Amino acid sequence: MWTWFHKLGSPPWMYRISGRILAILLPLTIAMLVVGAVWGLLYAPMDFKQGNSFRIIYFHVPASVVALAGYYVMAIAGAVSLIWRMKMAEVAMKCAAPVGAALTFLSLLSGAIWGKPTWGTYWVWDARITSMLILFFLYLGVIALYQAYENKEAAGKACAVLSLVGMVNIPIIYKSVDWWYSLHQPATIKFTEESTMHSSMFQPLLLMILAFYCLFTCALLLNMRSELLRRGASTSWVRALAGAR
Amino acid sequence: MSASDVSVGAFLGASLKRQLLLAYRRPVDTINPLLFFLLVVTLFPLGIGPDPSQLAEFAPGILWIVALLASLMAAEGMFRQDYEDGSLEQLLLSPQPLYLASLTYTAAHWLVTGLPLTLLSPLFATMLQLPVAALPVLMMSMLLGTAILSLVGSIGAALTVSLKRGGMLISLIIVPLYIPVLIFAAGAVRFAAGGFDPQPQLLLLAGMLSLAVALAPFAISAGLRISVDAG
Repeated sequence: MWTWFHKLGSPPWMYRISGRILAILLPLTIAMLVVGAVWGLLYAPMDFKQGNSFRIIYFHVPASVVALAGYYVMAIAGAVSLIWRMKMAEVAMKCAAPVGAALTFLSLLSGAIWGKPTWGTYWVWDARITSMLILFFLYLGVIALYQAYENKEAAGKACAVLSLVGMVNIPIIYKSVDWWYSLHQPATIKFTEESTMHSSMFQPLLLMILAFYCLFTCALLLNMRSELLRRGASTSWVRALAGAR
Repeated sequence: MSASDVSVGAFLGASLKRQLLLAYRRPVDTINPLLFFLLVVTLFPLGIGPDPSQLAEFAPGILWIVALLASLMAAEGMFRQDYEDGSLEQLLLSPQPLYLASLTYTAAHWLVTGLPLTLLSPLFATMLQLPVAALPVLMMSMLLGTAILSLVGSIGAALTVSLKRGGMLISLIIVPLYIPVLIFAAGAVRFAAGGFDPQPQLLLLAGMLSLAVALAPFAISAGLRISVDAG
């Protein structure tokens, strides 16, 4: 019953399986991104207050949602690597960090671009924006800590501990920033789109969120595959693979 | 006498005494954060102008940001000496619980950095024209807040002690985790200065301290093990 779990720890098996998954998932992700983007950017109705500028929501919201989920993927992979000493989980954790950081950056950037026409300024110290910025720092901390260790085994463990500490802290940070903001909140700025969104606008958004989750998975798997090859450069299965090409 | 004969209480007492004795013999480590605090507090009126009402408005934020930076500075060297002379390795080999041992490190660190900062904070606050009525709340927030900073800072210090250039890295790791303390503690002082009831923020700080005391030692001991193994 547990054989799949043990197989998960085997690099050649993981490399083969991830290749098969990617062969299906990658075209599917691209198709979803194209359909979602065209649907959202061209066919979804215009927002009566914000005009066409609201359409950046179709990139901004999915990137933000998946960036946050990515941190949990990273931290849970870190926990698995610490508890069951599973190498593959450590690889997943290490590879999830740059993908998550990139999505967080995309979320901040698209938010700033959206902010200019909507709020008249690129940057507002709004609770959500500030939380995303802190999330970006948390990702950078994990990446920097991994880079700083020369002993990569220790690097993996240290990053796992750090990402777990971060996971405990994320709800506290989010709540405290929320609270800090609520004191200063100017009543003019409100995120009302999400709750009151019409289904013709919401359906493409849902598709884009799903597409971004798949995109995260694809990027994670691709990243993991190259990491597996790098780590196993001197093993027989990688040599056999290189010889076959 | 074998190590297992030593009771946990005696071990903790001896460990704390050793930390404090080491700190006593190196007073520079205790005085530097305080001097840093004084220096930066001096910089603010020079930078933003000496207007008392303006200073009083910014004082809660300034005091807490400087306390945060001073604590960050002090955290970096926390395990350094014991890592380099091998005492840390001996501690890991000993049969005593590492969870409690890491608490004594943090407690000693707080006694020589957080506590003096708390006791001297009314002086710095007066320099920045903080209303006298807010001083007790400032001290209370410093008492609770610097203890949390010490605990969280120890996690960063434990994870980076084996690295040669840990200085910048520890800031990147720890500062995001310090943010809730800054928000609640500076908020409490601001409330007190403005004549509101700061109790909710102080209670939240106390809650965070309880959580940190319970959980941080796990992360600190895991970090120490990783660092000693890596070295």
